[in-house]
Amino acid sequence: MSREQATGGEAPQAPALTIDALGKKCPIPIIWLAQQINNVPLNAVVAVLADDPAAYTDVPAWCRLKSHSHVGTYELPEGGWAIHVRRNY
Amino acid sequence: MVYFDAASTEPLHPRAREAFLTTLEEGWADPARLYGSARRARLLLDRAREQVAEALGARPDEVSFTTSGTQAVHLGVLGAVRGRRRAGPRLVVSAVEHSSVLHAAEVHEGDGGEVETVGVSRTGVVDAEAFARAVTAPGTAAACLQTANHEVGTLQPVAEIGAVCREAGVPLVVDAAQTMGRMPIPEGWSVLAGSAHKWGGPAGVGVLVVRKGTRFRSPLPMDEREARVPGFQNVPAIAAAAAALQASMAEAEEQARLSALVDRIRETVPRVVPDVEVVGEPVARAPHIVTFSCLYVAGEALLTELDKAGFAVSSGSSCTASTLRPSHVLEAMGVLTHGNIRVSLPRGTREADVDRFLGALPGIVRRIREEAGVSS
Repeated sequence: MSREQATGGEAPQAPALTIDALGKKCPIPIIWLAQQINNVPLNAVVAVLADDPAAYTDVPAWCRLKSHSHVGTYELPEGGWAIHVRRNY
Repeated sequence: MVYFDAASTEPLHPRAREAFLTTLEEGWADPARLYGSARRARLLLDRAREQVAEALGARPDEVSFTTSGTQAVHLGVLGAVRGRRRAGPRLVVSAVEHSSVLHAAEVHEGDGGEVETVGVSRTGVVDAEAFARAVTAPGTAAACLQTANHEVGTLQPVAEIGAVCREAGVPLVVDAAQTMGRMPIPEGWSVLAGSAHKWGGPAGVGVLVVRKGTRFRSPLPMDEREARVPGFQNVPAIAAAAAALQASMAEAEEQARLSALVDRIRETVPRVVPDVEVVGEPVARAPHIVTFSCLYVAGEALLTELDKAGFAVSSGSSCTASTLRPSHVLEAMGVLTHGNIRVSLPRGTREADVDRFLGALPGIVRRIREEAGVSS
């Protein structure tokens, strides 16, 4: 399975906040995302940088459970992903 | 210790113990020989085979005993694709099959075969249309589908897929490990695999059933003993497995009782624990399995705390079992993989123990979250 889910070819919206969770195991990236998403304005994007394989599934699942939007997941050249989340409320 | 890990292994059924001890006395000799004690062993082996065949809706000569459920799956998958080498290289599997199926599929790929993996819904049900398309594509040798998922309990549309496979002339290998002995076997299989220790038989006995007329070529060298499985049979363990299968198939009301307890867990957990996702099919599911994931909690911490509180459960989260990767089942479903707990109820589970579990869980989750600095 491809580990990339890009959105329709467009360049991603620049994140208002980047959370560097590289080297951290789940649930830490999710905990940091939950703690910090309210630090960005509505409709702004938070990028979670993570390389724990669980984050690849769990960040989008968190978005679904918390009614935020999973914008896309982009592979990082050094390994891991930038997982973009839009604050909806 | 309250044991809620029946999907890993079911405690030995009393009827299995009885049959095992009797057969140790009477069935120790080599069933392939012709003197009195050997004929007694042969008779006990034949009787066990008849019992298993009857319980599964098969003919005795279709049933072989393997040394584990995993071996039954490996032989079933590889025997089916090798028997159909001329039909083509393709093997179709669902994304949530047991690792034994996926490992056999890797061997098939290593031998030059092709594997097509069909995705599942959020609740873990295989996409039946996509599976049918994959089965009917040219060059398909065989397909594999489980009766129920081992991690989340979701039932698969085996009868529906079986009809498509029959129409296409493609053998369907059905891994029935989680439901054999608990539910009737659905129609539509050409090859069927199961594992005795999951229905209350002893470890070390698997069942491989190959329907008459199915092209099948075992990857193993053969001898004059068990059809499709070489080696001296463990007659006492096989007799115990057959006795447990027959006994548990006759205990449908016990499975209904367990299913009602699973319903209670499914309904109660989201009410008493905030930020939890109960996963899998709520109704079309195996009677004994329920799985949920708790946000912001490490699966390992949850297992450890539940163990301290006296509950044996399992988890599909990474860093639990032996793996650093989360469960491929939860990934394929797109549900939370961290904070995951699978509760699977053995025969005789006491209602009071389920309620004690439901009473203990909220405090445990709250403490772990507080330690991680999460306020829920």
